[in-house]
Amino acid sequence: MAEKIREFFKTFLLIELLKGMAVTGRYLFARKITIQYPEEHTPQSARFRGLHALRRYPNGEERCIACKLCEAVCPALAITIESEERADGTRRTTRYDIDLNKCIFCGFCEESCPVDSIVETRILEYHGEKRSDLHYTKEMLLAVGDRYEAEIAKDRASDAQYR
Amino acid sequence: MDVLGMYAKIIAIGLEFTQGLFGPELGAAIFTLVKTSVLIMLIVAPLLGAVAYLTLLERKVIGYMQVRIGPNRVGPLGLLQPIADGVKLVFKEIIIPSGADKILFVLAPVITLTVAMAAWAVVPFSPKVVLADVNAGLLYIMAITSMGVYGIIVAGWASNSKYAFLGAMRAAAQIVSYEIAMGFALVCVLLVSQSLNLTDIVSGQEKGYFADMGLNFLSWNWLPLAPMLLVYFISGVAETQRAPFDMAVGESEIVGFHVEYSGMLFGVFSMGEYANMILVAFLTTIMFFGGWAAPIDSTVFNAIPGFLWLFGKVLCVLILFLWFRATFPRYRYDQIMRLGWKVFIPLTIVWLVLIAAWMQTPFSIWK
Repeated sequence: MAEKIREFFKTFLLIELLKGMAVTGRYLFARKITIQYPEEHTPQSARFRGLHALRRYPNGEERCIACKLCEAVCPALAITIESEERADGTRRTTRYDIDLNKCIFCGFCEESCPVDSIVETRILEYHGEKRSDLHYTKEMLLAVGDRYEAEIAKDRASDAQYR
Repeated sequence: MDVLGMYAKIIAIGLEFTQGLFGPELGAAIFTLVKTSVLIMLIVAPLLGAVAYLTLLERKVIGYMQVRIGPNRVGPLGLLQPIADGVKLVFKEIIIPSGADKILFVLAPVITLTVAMAAWAVVPFSPKVVLADVNAGLLYIMAITSMGVYGIIVAGWASNSKYAFLGAMRAAAQIVSYEIAMGFALVCVLLVSQSLNLTDIVSGQEKGYFADMGLNFLSWNWLPLAPMLLVYFISGVAETQRAPFDMAVGESEIVGFHVEYSGMLFGVFSMGEYANMILVAFLTTIMFFGGWAAPIDSTVFNAIPGFLWLFGKVLCVLILFLWFRATFPRYRYDQIMRLGWKVFIPLTIVWLVLIAAWMQTPFSIWK
């Protein structure tokens, strides 16, 4: 009986509703977690897997030796490589395409590369207006690598002790 | 008051001018028409502005309660957001379903908005400022707000869609059910104030035992009629189809009467909803929170003009509406009906009898 009376007052005094409103009322003054994107960014890991790049050695020689491990490991079949012997007798790629429409950014290509040639950079703000715009060729990938080499090298160095 | 004196002077000059142009009788008629139209514009234009900015306030308040910051991109602090929304709605295509009754389909939102605006005729903004000082103001408001159901029923029927029609049936049943509880709650108010005139209802709250001590706010109707305030306000929320009684907008689980509406026709429904919200907030303030009266009878508080008190109280009530929406999950339809018929109506009837009996005893506080 006492339980019933208590229940009655609990219902008619709207205790539970007021408790709920107290919770939302507190959050009205809580610190907001919104990140205002173009001006603010979330912190990024050094291991971030974004746009791909092909790297060069400091002397300007391209790293890639056309071993085709990345092509083999790629689960999305996004990489296409063709190679032939260069005049100095080394094996080099004549074609290195990544179709970013297919790519799932798993990072296996980077992991499989024996010479740290193909890497994924921190770049995430890129786009294509046509489907073919996201079909990256060797020249484009090398250009990305040349442009961001400093950042790429820094990120690899910071991660080196865990590899 | 100086403003009122100026108003009287303008009226006199205007009347003389039109009578000079059209002769005494026709001039007076034309002048009354023009004067009333201008006064209506003076109420409706700020009201539509308030409706627009209430949507922004809603998005901001709900955003803040959800630890977001809400719209802030259009204009400084997002202040132009309602205008951007309006422009978007105007330019959206209005799709009229094949087989729909075109005239009624367009008319339905117009009815909703018209009704939401018409009720403002008798709402007083301060002791002297009211468009129509009707003796049966409360009755007029009850009658006009009931008309809102037509907009919904017509919208559901004209859509030629079974979902819209069923939604309209649900919404209409909900509104009609809560109108009864709302009406009984207001009967209690008119019982204690002995008047249907909204201005008199406010001035009736300005006297009493506590008001003589200077504690005006304890003399207002909310204290002796506290359960009626709750019933009235919750019914008002249900009546305006606001959360947690917003069956119509629950797209994910149930569809409402305006499924077939798009573009500005839908926008007009929303405007009607927000205008009704503001109306319910005004009525709650006028019936239960002493309208434009200052909460404490002191020189500092009395120096603040009455309409600021009124708007301040209305704003608090409106924020309560938004707070509800941010807090409560949506009612199930049978629960809505249960609450209306099996809780509110019995409660109001019992309280009505209690108040009536109380007023007959020597302990009555309403003299």
